[in-house]
Amino acid sequence: MAIEVRIPTILRNYTDGAKAVEGGGATLDELFTDLEGRHPGLRDRLVDDKGLRRFVNVYLNDEDVRFLGGLETKVSDGDTVTVLPAVAGG
Amino acid sequence: MRYDSLLDSLGHTPLVGLPSLSPSADVRLWAKLEDRNPTGSVKDRPAHWMINKAEKEGLLTPGCTILEPTSGNTGISLAMVARLRGYRMVCVMPENTSAERTQLLKMWGAEIIPSPAAGGSNEAVRVAKGLAAEHPDWVMLYQYGNEANARSHYESTGPELLEDLPTITHFVAGLGTTGTLMGVGRFLRERVPGVAIVAAEPRYGELVYGLRNIDEGFVPELYDESVLTTRYSVTSEDALRRTRELLAAEGIFAGISTGCALHAALGMAAKAVKAGERADIAFVVADGGWKYLSTGAYDGTLDEAEKRLEGQLWA
Repeated sequence: MAIEVRIPTILRNYTDGAKAVEGGGATLDELFTDLEGRHPGLRDRLVDDKGLRRFVNVYLNDEDVRFLGGLETKVSDGDTVTVLPAVAGG
Repeated sequence: MRYDSLLDSLGHTPLVGLPSLSPSADVRLWAKLEDRNPTGSVKDRPAHWMINKAEKEGLLTPGCTILEPTSGNTGISLAMVARLRGYRMVCVMPENTSAERTQLLKMWGAEIIPSPAAGGSNEAVRVAKGLAAEHPDWVMLYQYGNEANARSHYESTGPELLEDLPTITHFVAGLGTTGTLMGVGRFLRERVPGVAIVAAEPRYGELVYGLRNIDEGFVPELYDESVLTTRYSVTSEDALRRTRELLAAEGIFAGISTGCALHAALGMAAKAVKAGERADIAFVVADGGWKYLSTGAYDGTLDEAEKRLEGQLWA
């Protein structure tokens, strides 16, 4: 088992077109670092020096990680992480 | 009840219990029926407040043109008020919205400028901002950044909820402009210690997220993360399933964004049951199902309905 990370269309150039990739780690931060090893450049699109980028939303099992602990959010095998760009509604 | 005009009847919508979907006598769900507003959606509140504010400030004078980026409901509400008050209404609307929205907008006399489907409402906002720069005499009320949007809920939806449900523990609503959650959320937080404010955000098909660059995303200026307790992303499949459940179990014929909010509300209810805590969870029925009949949301299997909805903006 691993953690599934769903990648939005605009970032699939970092994953050879894959819609989802797998990784490991105890926190979201560790997971993104793990992914960076196989998908160079991806981490920089998600995170800047202040944390998650403003227009990037990351969900752990459908809940926004900004309300869970940000990059320090605990993750474990079997979880699903979804990355989406921020969009408008209304 | 008697009112001097249709607009005077705005708000004071029913809050109805959900005896079948509520898990127990201690954990109850309540639906705020915002489809019972003059044009059939919650957006009548912000539209009315934004126009009144612009009139008070002297921005809007008879004969003015109102411009607004909208995926539908806000445009419909604005078009109705604009018609009554003698304004021209121009809406920038993504192509991938239901046919009924276009029909309703035209019925109330609005002109529609379509924006590309890819990128969804982000594109509509971009196109509208361009048009506003080209036409400095047009008035863009701009629901995403207009404080009167959130204030309409602070002054009306919030007080109505607390009056009808003083024991409220959770408020759940769809996240679009964020106006409903910001307004009701602030109102309740000032008065109900420990109240949870929960956002249910629609997760669309990939086309809608088809931006050129991730730095071109959009966060409404009204959004203040600190008002929320948490925020859930709800797939089209879950939203559709819950919309159908609401119809089957409680008889409420609602639009798809209501299913999105109900999904998060049921998640909160399950948590409360597990924790052995009492809960009164109110969620917003943003509109009725009428505008979505052509999308096939209520026909055939869930899979079929989900496929038909792929790439559509349903909230």
